[in-house]
Amino acid sequence: MANTNETATSYSPSGVRGGDKYEVVIGLEIHAQLQTESKLFCGDSAAFGGAPNTHISAITMGHPGTLPKTNKKAVEYAIKMGLACNCEIVKDNYFARKNYFYPDLPKGYQTSQHTTPICKGGIVPITTSEGAKEVELNRIHLEEDAGKSIHDWDDDYTCVDLNRAGVPLIEIVTEPCLHSSEEAYQYVTEVRKLVQWIGVCDGNMEEGSLRCDANVSIRLKGEKSLGTKVEVKNLNSIRNVKKAIDYEIARMIAIVEDGGKIVQQTRSFNADNDTTFSMRDKEEANDYRYFACPDLSPFHLTDEFIKGIDEALPMLPNELAALYQKDFGLSAYDAAQLCDEKETSDYFNAVAKENTNYKAIVNWMTGPIKQYLNDSNLSIGQLKLPAKTLGALIQLIDEGKVNFSVAATKIFPVLLQGDKQPLQVAEELNLLQVSDTNELEGWVDEAISKMPDKAAEYKKGKKGLIGLFVGEVKKLSKGKADPKVVTELLQRKLG
Amino acid sequence: MFTFSSIKQYHQFLASTSNGCTQAVQHYLAKIEENKHLNAYLEVYAEEALAQAAQLDADRLAGKPLGKLHGVVCAIKDVICYKGHKVSASSKILEGFTSIYNATAVEKLLQEGAIIIGRNNCDEFAMGSSNENSAYGAVKNALDESRVPGGSSGGSAVAVQAGLCMFSLGSDTGGSVRQPADFCGIIGIKPTYGRISRYGLIAYASSFDQIGIFSTDIQDTALVLEVIAGADDFDSTVSIKPVPSYSTKLNQSNTKYRFAYFKEVLEHEGLDKEIATTIKAYIAKLQAEGHTVEPVDFNLLPYVVPTYYILTTAEASSNLSRFDGVKFGYRADLKPSDDLTTMYKKTRSEGFGKEVQRRILLGTFVLSSGYFDAYFTKAQQVRRLLCDKTSEIFNSYDAILCPTVPTTAFKIGEKSNDPIEMYLADIFTVFSNLVGVPSISIPLFKHSNGMPFGLQLMSSHFEETKLLNISEVLLGDSNYRHNS
Repeated sequence: MANTNETATSYSPSGVRGGDKYEVVIGLEIHAQLQTESKLFCGDSAAFGGAPNTHISAITMGHPGTLPKTNKKAVEYAIKMGLACNCEIVKDNYFARKNYFYPDLPKGYQTSQHTTPICKGGIVPITTSEGAKEVELNRIHLEEDAGKSIHDWDDDYTCVDLNRAGVPLIEIVTEPCLHSSEEAYQYVTEVRKLVQWIGVCDGNMEEGSLRCDANVSIRLKGEKSLGTKVEVKNLNSIRNVKKAIDYEIARMIAIVEDGGKIVQQTRSFNADNDTTFSMRDKEEANDYRYFACPDLSPFHLTDEFIKGIDEALPMLPNELAALYQKDFGLSAYDAAQLCDEKETSDYFNAVAKENTNYKAIVNWMTGPIKQYLNDSNLSIGQLKLPAKTLGALIQLIDEGKVNFSVAATKIFPVLLQGDKQPLQVAEELNLLQVSDTNELEGWVDEAISKMPDKAAEYKKGKKGLIGLFVGEVKKLSKGKADPKVVTELLQRKLG
Repeated sequence: MFTFSSIKQYHQFLASTSNGCTQAVQHYLAKIEENKHLNAYLEVYAEEALAQAAQLDADRLAGKPLGKLHGVVCAIKDVICYKGHKVSASSKILEGFTSIYNATAVEKLLQEGAIIIGRNNCDEFAMGSSNENSAYGAVKNALDESRVPGGSSGGSAVAVQAGLCMFSLGSDTGGSVRQPADFCGIIGIKPTYGRISRYGLIAYASSFDQIGIFSTDIQDTALVLEVIAGADDFDSTVSIKPVPSYSTKLNQSNTKYRFAYFKEVLEHEGLDKEIATTIKAYIAKLQAEGHTVEPVDFNLLPYVVPTYYILTTAEASSNLSRFDGVKFGYRADLKPSDDLTTMYKKTRSEGFGKEVQRRILLGTFVLSSGYFDAYFTKAQQVRRLLCDKTSEIFNSYDAILCPTVPTTAFKIGEKSNDPIEMYLADIFTVFSNLVGVPSISIPLFKHSNGMPFGLQLMSSHFEETKLLNISEVLLGDSNYRHNS
């Protein structure tokens, strides 16, 4: 691999000399591994992380005589993503063979969709600092993943792990319609959220379940035709997508400004120093000799099949956020927070069925619950607090039986330990607020008698001192006194 | 002394012979040893077959239920995978490779109690028409050892011809079962594409390949077919149509059939004059017996061989990519300085024979950008036209009659230096693979040169019952039955 000395030079994306003259054009290809149990063309496990070469049968290894059989679930997942992106679902599909030799490609060809992607067109809405934008998709197609070549395990040999070979992928390809690294960042974020939301991919970029390649070019503003593009690979985080694009833009502008020409290449991102380096020039490109795979019959999708998938599709984050604002009166900010992850909105929806104080639910979820999950490194899916219980807890507060702070600090931790009900916990811990005047009067009198000086000052007009008395009653009652009723009582007694 | 004429006769013999399976296996092992020079077998599973036979004999004595192929001794072409056994496609590139799974057809044979006695020599990767392209030497025709047995399933044909097993499985991509059956004077059937699972059949050209059966008896052919045909979860191109019990549907009725034949075929310049005359006379005889036999136009004849070779080599170039020295099979000796590309080149140049390399190169060429449309796309269009033409014919006729091969078995070495001439010899057999219909070669005739030749019959898709019935009727006529 030609790792040229370019990596030594570092370009800064900001304040590029002459940068204002140029428009950046970016197209992204995202590979998402589908979360099916088995591989795209055989029954071997598609799970990540097994010991090397344990998820392989004669079929994965490409032994002579073996044949592929399409995994229907993978087709379903691809359609699901297509429907979520508003794509046109192509009814008549076939798989093609992309022929090339590589040690981690057991059959000597990759089975992929070539001329008939299962989903055509489509859009993904994003929001950037400049506002809302719809990113246009070119296609989503199905293909099988290759195995992994591991070059650093042995001094003399390259090791090949075929566990990943044959894992189903969808490739989501945009039109060259993105114009900044920020747009690219938002787009990948959105796609990642979407695949997780509809449950087709776990979106894990570190493990490579979601991989992104960026095609970047620049042209003078106003120019119609596209400039020479560079494809950047190995972008293993959303942040790196942005960094790599920023680096490329700066590198390209500098070349053109210096009177040079951009060479069509495939480049790789180096996360150690946030630069890219050339992997190969276009001239070395393979002739893949695509042709329809004769081992797989073309497959036709019926309207009924597609309709079934559509009906099972959950409401998408954008739709749901709009609904939260419209029907539940939540702010745009709160709604967006709930729609960050499907599990979050699922939990909110469940609690909202128990209690209609939606704002209070949001406050709980973004307050005590979020803090607890962060502290214990859990996801909301792992939260052991039934929706019904949180609903009841909020109701307890709304009814004035406990206050929020007691609920959050005393009752909530107990609820997480077992399946007790909030009221039961409040009773057991003797935390129910007392609003019975007779009982409260004792504490109120005691508080006043404890601080006769202050009482006198109050009477003289220093009304601000009421808080002091309320605090004292709270202390005497061990937090059980209803502050509202206590305040009224104090006001009356202090005159 | 053990004799075999049909599975039915053998099963009757077994009913009264406590060690009948063992006797059969011993008989065939001796015959195979006697005929070693024919080179029909690459490997014989002697001990294993004897052990299986003893077990089957014991099972029978114990009154256990018997499989349809109980104790039937058979052989498989060296392109069909048998778990725990070597499979090499008669190629150096798979030297020493052992299959870790059973082909579906093998699985079904074993389930019905068949004994697989060995694997048969063939043309390397089933590419050839003479069995001269084997990395393990040519196979000889038992009727005249200076002649080829045909190919590519030459070893499987000779195994049946010379009485070295009861039936054998071959594979037929463009005539590789029917042509050697014709040359050897036995029955060879290529069922409808998709009738038998291809899982475990080493691919030559996926959209053409089909496992076929060699035997000396139509009833046996029918029985083996009904055992190995049918749906399979491991092959998405196999048909889910139910499999008729062919063996019970053979009835020598007085049905009068409607046959078509291609005038262009019988007038083809490459067709041996005596074969042409014999078949024309046979047509007249059939007509005299009340069958309808009519000529149909077939102006696409000149295109079938080029179309076949473009499409099959294209598929082969991709199917054979997996033999790369990385995961299994042969890998060239390398110098430490050799890189990956050198490893591929050396391994494939040393591991594949000349004919296989020729077809990989041809296939790579027709698929490459700039030539794809002119060759591959065009050939696919011709294939489509052929399919249309075929449906049209079968709307009006029960079967198509045709010679199987333009000549009788030729001499070893006679054509091996002229690939084009060798390819043209496939002119009458590639048609049914191009359109996917079932076809059979039945041993009806004997040439004045002493060699047998057959009549090829084709019927419509999944009309194997009809094809077998017609064959039974024609073979039942003893005047024409060839006796080897």
